[in-house]
Amino acid sequence: MRRLFALLICLALPAAAQDEEVVLGLSQNQVSITANFDGSEILIFGAIKRETPIPEDPLEVLITVAGPQQELVVRRKARRFGIWVNTDAVEVDAAPSFYAVATSAPFEQTISAVEDLRHSVSIPRAIRSVGAPMSINDSQAFSEAVIRIRRDNGLYQLREETVSLREQTLFDTSIAMPASLTEGAYPTRIFLTRGGTVISRYETVIDVRKVGLERWLYNLSREQPLVYGLLSVALAIAAGWSASAAARYLRDG
Amino acid sequence: MQLYLPIAEVAVNLYLLLGLGTLVGMLSGMFGVGGGFLITPLLFFMGIPPAVAVATGANQIVASSISAVLAHLKRRTVDLRMGTVLLIGGLIGAGLGVYVFNLLREMGQVDLLVRLCYVVFLGVIGALMFVESLRALMQSKRGAPPRRRHHGWVHGLPFKMRFRTSGLYISAIPPLMVGVSVGLLAAIMGVGGGFIMVPAMIYLLGMPTKVVIGTSLFQIIFVTAFTTLLHATTMYTVDMVLALALIVGGVVGAQLGAVIGAKLRAEQLRILLALLVLGVCGKLALELLLTPSELYLIDAPGVG
Repeated sequence: MRRLFALLICLALPAAAQDEEVVLGLSQNQVSITANFDGSEILIFGAIKRETPIPEDPLEVLITVAGPQQELVVRRKARRFGIWVNTDAVEVDAAPSFYAVATSAPFEQTISAVEDLRHSVSIPRAIRSVGAPMSINDSQAFSEAVIRIRRDNGLYQLREETVSLREQTLFDTSIAMPASLTEGAYPTRIFLTRGGTVISRYETVIDVRKVGLERWLYNLSREQPLVYGLLSVALAIAAGWSASAAARYLRDG
Repeated sequence: MQLYLPIAEVAVNLYLLLGLGTLVGMLSGMFGVGGGFLITPLLFFMGIPPAVAVATGANQIVASSISAVLAHLKRRTVDLRMGTVLLIGGLIGAGLGVYVFNLLREMGQVDLLVRLCYVVFLGVIGALMFVESLRALMQSKRGAPPRRRHHGWVHGLPFKMRFRTSGLYISAIPPLMVGVSVGLLAAIMGVGGGFIMVPAMIYLLGMPTKVVIGTSLFQIIFVTAFTTLLHATTMYTVDMVLALALIVGGVVGAQLGAVIGAKLRAEQLRILLALLVLGVCGKLALELLLTPSELYLIDAPGVG
């Protein structure tokens, strides 16, 4: 009888999960990269809509912001004949150019390992790497290197307990994006969890794009590379000549 | 103040870029080297992707070299005839160099080879120049007249041409060969090649130091302009915003450098250049020998 009751609760849980939904707001859903772009802070806030009473288990919120996926080659140096040489290389099939995870509680308490695996939430899970050559036994070290290098550059961030949650209903956090951003769509996910299990998820996209002169130059360089190249050289010649002319003018009074 | 670079897709400090441009421009005006061998590693250091650093470095050298050449033209220290012969060789060499570079890239290890090239060339040239100019300086201090160098095989070759500005009557083959090898190295190492051409002109062709600098710069302008176009059309790696920031610093520096260079004596100029070349060589060699702090390197094929 007790076992049946437990089973019933299990069956009832997913239904109850749907009762809590995220209503989201973003301080900006577009990041414009201008010439003096110096990083951006995005405020992510929202509320949890529910029609049932708040369950006993504490609610936790987890937010991820990811940059466009890139294919990478990670190289490792080793000493050969006394000098340091790139020897081993591992291809990482897809790694986000930027990845931030913000949680309302310590990461392990917010989401269970199984759910992390299922939804690819934590930083190591966000990197997909399969093809390591046979000669390399420790391909794990290569993914770890990507995480370490990018974390040091502020591109990968794990921000535990930075989502503030009030009355299990209102939440907000801010994600700092560094100046070195790649253009593209930045998928943003919000997970609601109870006891480590995801009970609701919500997805949106933050658009990061170059604007103005930056946009124009970038497009020109891709669409008309010859014109762009000639323009670069012409600019250099003009600058060199005018500097020389200015110097002569100054010297001769 | 941060400046976002549209092609490199990184933000860097504007004042740092201007300072770097000025420093390299001064070297360019003083020694006739394009400064590519300095600017390219320094740009890596600022976090700019290597391919962008190489391509944009070439673009910057065009500007600083033009500015310096005009200063030299006014002082009549450019041998246009010699420059043209070198240039013909240089363009042939650059074309060959791009081919060799692509071949090496398919084999991997380009990075290492470029570094080794730097260490070997900078080391040999720097050491030779240092010893030679030190000897010349000591001789001139003792009051002995500077010994005129003899060039055995260089004078025995056919197709002799008269280079009036340099005061030479030699075969066109050696300058052409110098041009080809410099163009080759320029394409492989991503530099203007002045630091190799200047010593080659002094020691191999026997040109007077004062003329060497202007003439080398004259040739560098065309080779780097060619390289810029090649990079812009094939790899899309020329960053105009980055180039402009470096140029603004560079043109100011080049004028300063030309003025300083005119005041220093030729031997002193050569010793300074030799020390600089040796310094860069030592730093690169150390990087190869010492255990790096980060053993891993991220290479994004899309960005270059």
